[in-house]
Amino acid sequence: MSAMKTLDVRGLSCPEPAMLTREALIELGKGTLVVLTDSATSRNNIERTGKLAGWSVEITQDDEQTYRIKLTK
Amino acid sequence: MHAVSKFLTSRWGPILTGIVVGVFAPLLVYFGNPGNMGICVACFNRDIAGALGFHRAATVQYIRPEIIGFVLGALVAALLFREFKPRGGSSPLIRFLLGMFAMIGALVFLGCPWRAYLRLSGGDWNAIPGILGLFAGIGLGIVFLKRGFSLGRSRPTSPVAAWVMPIFVIILLALLLIAPLFGRDADGNPVGPIFFSQTGPGSMHAPILISLAAGLLIGFLAQRSRFCTVGALRDVVLLRDMHLLNGVIALLVAAFLTNLALGQFKPGFEGQPVAHTNLLWNFGGMVLAGLAFTLAGGCPGRQVFLSGEGDADAAIFVFGMLAGAGIAHTFSLASSPAGPGAYGPAAVVIGLVVLSIIGLTMRETRSA
Repeated sequence: MSAMKTLDVRGLSCPEPAMLTREALIELGKGTLVVLTDSATSRNNIERTGKLAGWSVEITQDDEQTYRIKLTK
Repeated sequence: MHAVSKFLTSRWGPILTGIVVGVFAPLLVYFGNPGNMGICVACFNRDIAGALGFHRAATVQYIRPEIIGFVLGALVAALLFREFKPRGGSSPLIRFLLGMFAMIGALVFLGCPWRAYLRLSGGDWNAIPGILGLFAGIGLGIVFLKRGFSLGRSRPTSPVAAWVMPIFVIILLALLLIAPLFGRDADGNPVGPIFFSQTGPGSMHAPILISLAAGLLIGFLAQRSRFCTVGALRDVVLLRDMHLLNGVIALLVAAFLTNLALGQFKPGFEGQPVAHTNLLWNFGGMVLAGLAFTLAGGCPGRQVFLSGEGDADAAIFVFGMLAGAGIAHTFSLASSPAGPGAYGPAAVVIGLVVLSIIGLTMRETRSA
């Protein structure tokens, strides 16, 4: 089974959400990372950070406040 | 509408925003704003602070419609695209301090990052040490971020908090248009409640409608594209991401070409408008400002846009900038074309010490 991790960056200011995502992706190397954010800006930044590092990105919305970003490689 | 939003959040968003800022800023100078100051978020907040009587520097008092437009343009975009989210509570007092010191640093240089790039595009080579200082300040901020610096999480809050800044700028707009006067003192000077410069940079401005329209357009675009002149370099270093840097490059190129077309490109160090030639403190002022912006999560423009989309923490930063402007001018910290103010260099050093303490000690348990 591949590695899996969840990261909650809700409420954090730029650049922390994307920075923490990048650190987590590097640490994982391969597997699945789920990131929770409540900001559309962070959602876009995390998506870009993931794609730049060669991960595939899938975004769903838990509710009005929370985006769930699934990064896999 | 969806297509517009998609375009503005794509890689072209910051580029388009940069081009619009780069074209409109020199045009605003052409229409009457001070030289190389088509848009300066720090200087304009300083002018607003002066207009409200928070400082007594008679040459820099005006309610700048561009700032009003920034907030309202961002507000409209955020409401239209369902991104208006009342939030706050992430170290508000520290953000106030960061705004204060960011303003003090910017006024030692004489410009925010936006104006640093606009000054460069107009041929003011004194901007170069300023921009190098900005890079150094951002670099220092990145070191703190890497060590785990965080101002902590914001939380959803009441819409009342989110509407404070939009309502504040609507009141500013009313004060600008009505220009109330409570009387004059024995020397014939206005006693308040607001003050408008009769001479100096504060007396130089484009027509209100043009300034307001430019501000609204830029506020709208920047809210969608997340345009940020500090995030630009930060993201390249931290995330290997050119997204925002492309916007700053577009701004530089567009502003250079527009200045050239309008005959406003005047290369040199001496005699540049609202600028001084002291290399060390052009650099030092921007180290302080760059560090403050990085710790707060974005450049002053970005803070203003965020304050329009419901971010009460960004609004506190902007109010900190207004307070900083008051302090900078009453305590002789702000520079003038003659050079740094008497206590400007000391204030930069104190600011760097305070911000380093903040950078080293503020943390948040950030893991899930």
